[in-house]
Amino acid sequence: MQVEITVNGQQRSDDVEPRLLLVHYLREVCGLRAANVGCDTTSCGACTVLMKGPGEVGGGTSVKSCTVLTVQAAGQQVTTAEGLAANGELHPVQAAFRQEHGLQCGFCTPGMVMAAVGLLAENPHPTEAEVREGLEGNFCRCTGYHNIVRAVLAAADGAAASGTAGGERAEVSA
Amino acid sequence: MSILGTRVLRTEDPRFLTSGGVYTEDVVDERLAGAGHVFFVRSPVAHARIAGIDVSAALSAPGVVAAFTAADVADLAPIKPGPMFNQEMSRPILAADKVRFVGDPVALVVTEQAYQGEDAVELVDVDYDLLPAVIDLADAAADKVLVYEEAGTNVTANFGDSSALDGHLFDDCEVVTTRTILNQRVAPAPMETRAAAAAWDSDGRLTAWIPNQGAQGTKSGLARLLGVPAEQVRVITPDVGGAFGAKFGADPEHALVAWVARRLGRPARWTETRYENLIAMTHGRAQQQTVTIGGRRDGTVLAYRLEIVQDAGAHVRIGAMLPFLTILMAPGPYQIPRAEAIAKSVVTTTTPMGAYRGAGRPEATAAIERAMDLFAAEIGMDPAEVRRRNLLPKFTEPHRTKFGALYDTGDYAAGLDKVLAAAGYDELRREQAERRARGDTVALGIGLASYVEITGMGDGEESPPQENATVEVHPDGTATILTGTSPHGQGHATAWAMLASEELGIPVDKITLKWGDTDLIPEGGGTGGSRSLQHGGAAVQQASQELIEIARERAASELEANPADLRFDVERSAFEVAGDPDASVPLAHLAEEERLVVRTVFTAPGATFPFGSHVAVVEVDTETGKVVLRRMVTVDDAGFVLNPLLAEGQRHGGIAQGAAQAFVEEVVYDGDGNPLTASFADYPFLSATEVPSFELADMQTLTTYNPLGVKGIGEAGSIGATPAVQNAVIDALAYLGVRHIDMPASPQRVWQALRSAGGVRAIGVWGVPRGHCGPPG
Amino acid sequence: MIPAPFDYVAAESVPHAVDLLGSLDDDAKLLAGGHSLLPMMKLRLAAPSVLIDIGRLTELIGIRAEGDELVIGAATPHATLATSDLARADAPLLAHSAALVGDPQIRHRGTIGGSLAHADPAADLPMALLALGGSVDVLGQGGTRNVAAEDFFTGFFETSLEPGELITAVRVPRRPGAAWGYQKFVRRANDWAIVGAAAIDGRIALANMGPTPLRARAAEQALADGASAAEAAELAAEGTEPGEDVHADRDYRRHLARVLTRRALEYRT
Repeated sequence: MQVEITVNGQQRSDDVEPRLLLVHYLREVCGLRAANVGCDTTSCGACTVLMKGPGEVGGGTSVKSCTVLTVQAAGQQVTTAEGLAANGELHPVQAAFRQEHGLQCGFCTPGMVMAAVGLLAENPHPTEAEVREGLEGNFCRCTGYHNIVRAVLAAADGAAASGTAGGERAEVSA
Repeated sequence: MSILGTRVLRTEDPRFLTSGGVYTEDVVDERLAGAGHVFFVRSPVAHARIAGIDVSAALSAPGVVAAFTAADVADLAPIKPGPMFNQEMSRPILAADKVRFVGDPVALVVTEQAYQGEDAVELVDVDYDLLPAVIDLADAAADKVLVYEEAGTNVTANFGDSSALDGHLFDDCEVVTTRTILNQRVAPAPMETRAAAAAWDSDGRLTAWIPNQGAQGTKSGLARLLGVPAEQVRVITPDVGGAFGAKFGADPEHALVAWVARRLGRPARWTETRYENLIAMTHGRAQQQTVTIGGRRDGTVLAYRLEIVQDAGAHVRIGAMLPFLTILMAPGPYQIPRAEAIAKSVVTTTTPMGAYRGAGRPEATAAIERAMDLFAAEIGMDPAEVRRRNLLPKFTEPHRTKFGALYDTGDYAAGLDKVLAAAGYDELRREQAERRARGDTVALGIGLASYVEITGMGDGEESPPQENATVEVHPDGTATILTGTSPHGQGHATAWAMLASEELGIPVDKITLKWGDTDLIPEGGGTGGSRSLQHGGAAVQQASQELIEIARERAASELEANPADLRFDVERSAFEVAGDPDASVPLAHLAEEERLVVRTVFTAPGATFPFGSHVAVVEVDTETGKVVLRRMVTVDDAGFVLNPLLAEGQRHGGIAQGAAQAFVEEVVYDGDGNPLTASFADYPFLSATEVPSFELADMQTLTTYNPLGVKGIGEAGSIGATPAVQNAVIDALAYLGVRHIDMPASPQRVWQALRSAGGVRAIGVWGVPRGHCGPPG
Repeated sequence: MIPAPFDYVAAESVPHAVDLLGSLDDDAKLLAGGHSLLPMMKLRLAAPSVLIDIGRLTELIGIRAEGDELVIGAATPHATLATSDLARADAPLLAHSAALVGDPQIRHRGTIGGSLAHADPAADLPMALLALGGSVDVLGQGGTRNVAAEDFFTGFFETSLEPGELITAVRVPRRPGAAWGYQKFVRRANDWAIVGAAAIDGRIALANMGPTPLRARAAEQALADGASAAEAAELAAEGTEPGEDVHADRDYRRHLARVLTRRALEYRT
């Protein structure tokens, strides 16, 4: 069946089967492969994107795209990690993840970043405990979550510098 | 200004953050156009004979291209265990006569579209004649039911045996205590599951995209499974979403995907579901350990014995060999006059065991650290004091243990003192006493672990460890490094660039790292066993230095000067005649006429031995048994720290995994061999709410084994954290009579321990302790 | 990981949804947030031939006061309920319960109607509804009926919903200022409760102590007879039939029921 979805600001119209999961629509039909499939049970959050309905304010709320049918997203606006950065500049949350070494293998990262963006939209100044609870739906195996939490708190503080060059030194902090 | 030792941000990150990593399932390549999708039919039972397989219904399902069983792949040789194991325990690449664990691949289907695969798999009809499952280790070791009838036993290997044990080992001990403990089975569960994509070209050459920890090892493994010459195989390593020891070499599934591609004359690809990953990727740990420790009441440990039964799972893989390393590291950082260890590996009808972060060494540390605390409890001495009295004194010359390990450098007592100070140990003990005095139902526990571990092993002293690196400077002022390591999150692109930048004066962001393509880099040891920096990084440094020397000759000729009169100015990345800065030539210029490239091999004298101490602070709700991890304070000394940002990240990840094993994660089978933790909803995978932020103290005891002075950091965190957290939980409840709780310290396990110790009767639902609060008499 | 094939139709209104339910096969299922149904379908534990999407019907979304009741549209997401000022003022136990379901992403999609219809005895909202003495409005071909919480959950993942019926709204008494307690015992953050307990106004409901959420009636009676929270909680496990799984055996569940009931009666969250 035909569905119209806006993905990263671009309106699309595609013919999909009802059981096509939104994560696979984004990856295979739209070619946006940052969102990953990490589990079978709506547990790990690697597929997290932002979704917003007509009439909703803000940037959308975080959803696990593996548990949304593409047909359910008809008429919605979906934002993926690829759609966060504007004009070649990292989004503040992305910049914070870089600054704080909040990613290692990167597999959980797009979903983690989208979940963090959603979290900060709802709670702009979370405590550490609120960050950890806010990310309970996103699993990471590499970082032990320590630097991910630092990154989200740094982004909340607006303390992250943005930039895309490599090799610069991080600020030495306690 | 040296860049070494500074917190350089990763050059990898912008790509991962914006467009995302390109993992095997993401790979878009013209060679894979039109790939068929491979799906495995796996045994739903632990042990059975296969009476028949009917694929006819599957073949008629929409989009099904083919369906294959063992009979179809009879051209592939059976997989035999390594030479040290019982050779009768070989098995076909697809189960033929019998299945030996839930998840054992029995057949496969190939579909045009990915979504058609599960539909088709459901239609494959397999007839099983059930056999009794072999789950219990004691039963398995007693050979009641054989997993491999031809083998005549379930024991696949012995590492020493009980006849070698000294019956008088503990004769002069005033105090002896013994316990059988469990180092439980866990799932590595990297966020990226296993996958493969394969295409054969018209010359009969295979290109395989496989997430791995060493493309060269994966290539030879794949070639062996397929029965083709290694030159016919090229392995390309896309981005890898974590591995933790479980993505070495080649798995049967990888080979079967390649086989399908050859058979069908079209590319093939496969991505594992999380269910498959949790039951068919190799598991970690699973050792039953009997520890016996004895000594004097003054805290001196005189003797230690470790007896291990390793659950190998259904197929004999790396896991069956790991007790060798456990035995090697059995005494840990302690000077114990008499120590012995034996082990046997036993097959069971469960998921095969492989390597998992630490691979055999965390098991050794967990055993000796538990034993230390048992001994401390027996003599009524503070566990920190017992450790202090028994740690090997500081040494700067290599020290050979009675188990044959040659520890390079170590200062274990300093590590312990440092972590105790960082944790505020005395203050914690005071708080613990105060809580007990006022009858707080939330008990505070403080757990310690001191460890030493072996990294960068190589193949023993006869063939010392080594790694190659190729460094090339280009005329445009950029550089390329080829490495034999295989990063999957460790940040080698940044770290190796730092090492080259230090020598060449080329900025880090102008240096590109390549790895993981066996056509480009035919030799390499991959990434695992915490080897990469001490071998691969050292090789990059060495190659860069050698390149400068070659460039010096060219510069001398260019400047018509004596090479000895030339100075390389790293700041400018240029050679200049000493005392005459205007007479200079940039390094990049020297690459214009002839390539400026060096390949070198760095050889290390042997393995290195990082060490450390951890303090874990937990709270245990004595009414429910729930454990909360409040603090993890660690010293992880792996010598010189090249990039603190990366080193801390490795420690964080290791600490989290180590702690997770102690109180959260476990793989569970029922008595029939059915896995009960085969999804992320059931497998208690650690989330951000279960762990605090970690407190890392810095200590750097350099090794003399490489010019950088570095040892391996990747696994250290996981080795110390597990026993520290386990000991903390037991420490919390010691005053209620608890002496031991097996891992993980799940709420039910803790509650049962309290009940058995009588502690729960002393604390009623009313929350007021009754009865004494001191240790049992 | 991928559901079996099915057909999909988006209902244009609530009456349209009722018509569709009536005219399609009995195995047609309603889809609101899909966060109880789709996980089951992805594991192939459920394979309906058609899904009727009611997730965007605005008539089914929203929270309003109606006399002494709070009325929550069946397709209201948990996050909306959890952050609703009205719900937090008048039925804080319910808002709190919704705030604990799964994780933030799940709460953005999962709905109260979907959760109640799914009737997982370990879930938060069925227990909360039972503790509050709430009810559900059910609409079918024959009109609307209201079903009290005690009569709604009939068995393991079973409700008294007849084929062709859908939940349109959930009703709970407005009790601003009433003391309440809620305990959800988990091993790990976004798990279902190993055991749960919720208490308000002398009513105690338990999660995962039987095939449905249960009232701890012996404990309630003891309270009514003047027992203290601790004394009443000792009876919390009576009349329950807890199951066994990797997390807990029967004995441990009974113990948890007692401890959590006491804590809920002490108004702890």
